[in-house]
Amino acid sequence: MNRRSIIQMVSAATLATGLVASAAFAADPLKIGAVAPKTGPLAGGAAVTFWPNVQLWASDVNGRGGINVGGEMRMVEIIEYDDQTNPGETIKAVQRLATQDNADFILAPYGTGFNIAAAPIFARYGYPMVTHTAITDQIEDLSAKFPNMYFTLGGAKGLVGSTIGILEKLHADGAINNKVAMVNVADAFGIEMAEVARPLLEEKGFDVVYDTSYPLGTQDLSPVVKGAKAAAPDSFLAWSYPPDTFGLTEQAMIEDLDVKVYYNAVATAFPAYGGKFGAAAENVLGTGGVHADGAAFKEYAARHEAVTGAKPDYWASAMAYSSFQILVQAIEATGTIDRETVSKYIDENTFDTVIGDISFDENNSNAAFWTVGQWQGGVFKGVASTGRDGAVPVQLKSGWK
Amino acid sequence: MEILITGLVLGGTYALIAMGLNLQYGMARIMNLANGEVLVAGGFAAFWFYTAGQISPLLTVFIVAPLAFVANWLIYVIILRPLVKRAKSRGQLEVDSILTTFGLSFIAVGVMLAVFGGDYFSYSFLATPVQLFGDTYALNRILAFLSAVVICGALYLWLNHSRTGMSVRAIAVSPDSAKLVGIDVPRLSAIAFALGGAVTAVGGTLISSFLTLDASTGVLFTLKALIIVIMGGVGDVRGTIVAALMLGILETFVASVIDPGLTLAAAYALFVIILLFRPQGLFGRKTT
Repeated sequence: MNRRSIIQMVSAATLATGLVASAAFAADPLKIGAVAPKTGPLAGGAAVTFWPNVQLWASDVNGRGGINVGGEMRMVEIIEYDDQTNPGETIKAVQRLATQDNADFILAPYGTGFNIAAAPIFARYGYPMVTHTAITDQIEDLSAKFPNMYFTLGGAKGLVGSTIGILEKLHADGAINNKVAMVNVADAFGIEMAEVARPLLEEKGFDVVYDTSYPLGTQDLSPVVKGAKAAAPDSFLAWSYPPDTFGLTEQAMIEDLDVKVYYNAVATAFPAYGGKFGAAAENVLGTGGVHADGAAFKEYAARHEAVTGAKPDYWASAMAYSSFQILVQAIEATGTIDRETVSKYIDENTFDTVIGDISFDENNSNAAFWTVGQWQGGVFKGVASTGRDGAVPVQLKSGWK
Repeated sequence: MEILITGLVLGGTYALIAMGLNLQYGMARIMNLANGEVLVAGGFAAFWFYTAGQISPLLTVFIVAPLAFVANWLIYVIILRPLVKRAKSRGQLEVDSILTTFGLSFIAVGVMLAVFGGDYFSYSFLATPVQLFGDTYALNRILAFLSAVVICGALYLWLNHSRTGMSVRAIAVSPDSAKLVGIDVPRLSAIAFALGGAVTAVGGTLISSFLTLDASTGVLFTLKALIIVIMGGVGDVRGTIVAALMLGILETFVASVIDPGLTLAAAYALFVIILLFRPQGLFGRKTT
């Protein structure tokens, strides 16, 4: 399934207010490919985090006349493909973008597995690949194999380490006991996180009193939550995916799970989570976070809502947009669309984005990423990171009302 | 005791998911692979009415049911009846209907995507605890269970104690013989199919109050409904109910006592075991 989405309507309207000289109409638009799920199990996530940012970015860029390529303003034309949450389709779509559509640049796909699957194709055609939703501990290996591949969201060890770091500090302060209940979704993400967490928890002196996994899409999570409740822990960690993140929280509300630390993983940062649970979500911890009180994020979020009609999530949305900003800044700085030059520029420079400054270390990784956030007063704020400013203190959970 | 009640409540949810497919496959003889999408559409309707006007899903049911009935009736008459007319055997009809409804499911997903977007949708309705025999249960799930009892009970009574219901059962047994005794087979098949669609959509409306859905989650429900209908035996409402309850109790038992990670394995193991010993399903008729 493919759909050409030409943004010239929007850009023509804004241009009419007299932004750029008529020479702009003469330049060919830059073809930018975008591949992500529109159908399939991860469609929900991509619909929140990826596609609105593509739309917002194109609108922003074309709204100011396009990208300045060596003095010539060129608009962007987005070519979209649905990979149906199937890595095989992602590869096919990227191949098609490279060989048939002659895309000048291709935005990185959505989801860890899909980025890893598409990396060889990106590398073969020399496209710089600034990922925004790829979380993996294989960053060193991957960047050695694919020098054009950049990572912005870190790895499982960082995410898990930060989370357990929060527990460690609370325990040292005497706020919680050392009993932890941990559950994970039986999917690559959940399994990897749990496997990193187990030895780390033991090392830090925590007693994992309930440890289990459940299949993706389980319709009734009450046995899981009842089991966790029966073990009477002070902390509850769930390495979960969107449907079960919602399900677990609802069950915890019903069971009135009395814990001081409640964490579930993916989708906690979605506006829909805060929307559904309202006050009950107060002090729930989750993967991700942003400097929500910062001016840059607030302004970005307002624009996101104005242009796309939906709020951004509080984790990867801003990073997706930032990764697109990096591409633009690299093209404008080098004044060329030669992929090799642009990629080299990305490697060696720092970029000013809505997340803040981003630069890549010797493993092509952005070492400063948000790891844990918490719902406080209806906003999901970053509470822990591997080096970002703006973290707020962690609060203990007190009931589900 | 807690496992039993949780299992029964889950079984009620499963019965809501599967009952519609039983009507469509057992009575109208259409293996409707787009069943899950009808369920999700029902859920969308509930979400829409609830977020826009705070209308409870229990009331949305009365809007969804007739709409789904009409929509499914139109689908049967326009798309599926030609298949029925030209099918020379039951087997061929099954294959044709599987292929057609498979395609329909993609169309349905695409339409829902275009209309509602690909985002997850979820709302909180009656997510309050209820104390029964000393244990806590979710009120919205208990309500879904009670609704399942009402719907399945009503269907059973209609099918077994009314003239139209008896005619529908006659079609399930043998459409050719039914024609001979003056039953209007095409009309009743369409009604059975439409009724199945309405039941599924109502099920979707009710379960959306505690499950998170998006445009693409339909296929999960189609799979679950399929194994329940086949396990219970095609064509008998009691079979679906019993199979759904058994599945609910088994899954809850495995999740609580053994390991939540084994629920899927246990469900399919039960499926395989039942089919090994009784290939026609629990309440199915042996093929002569």
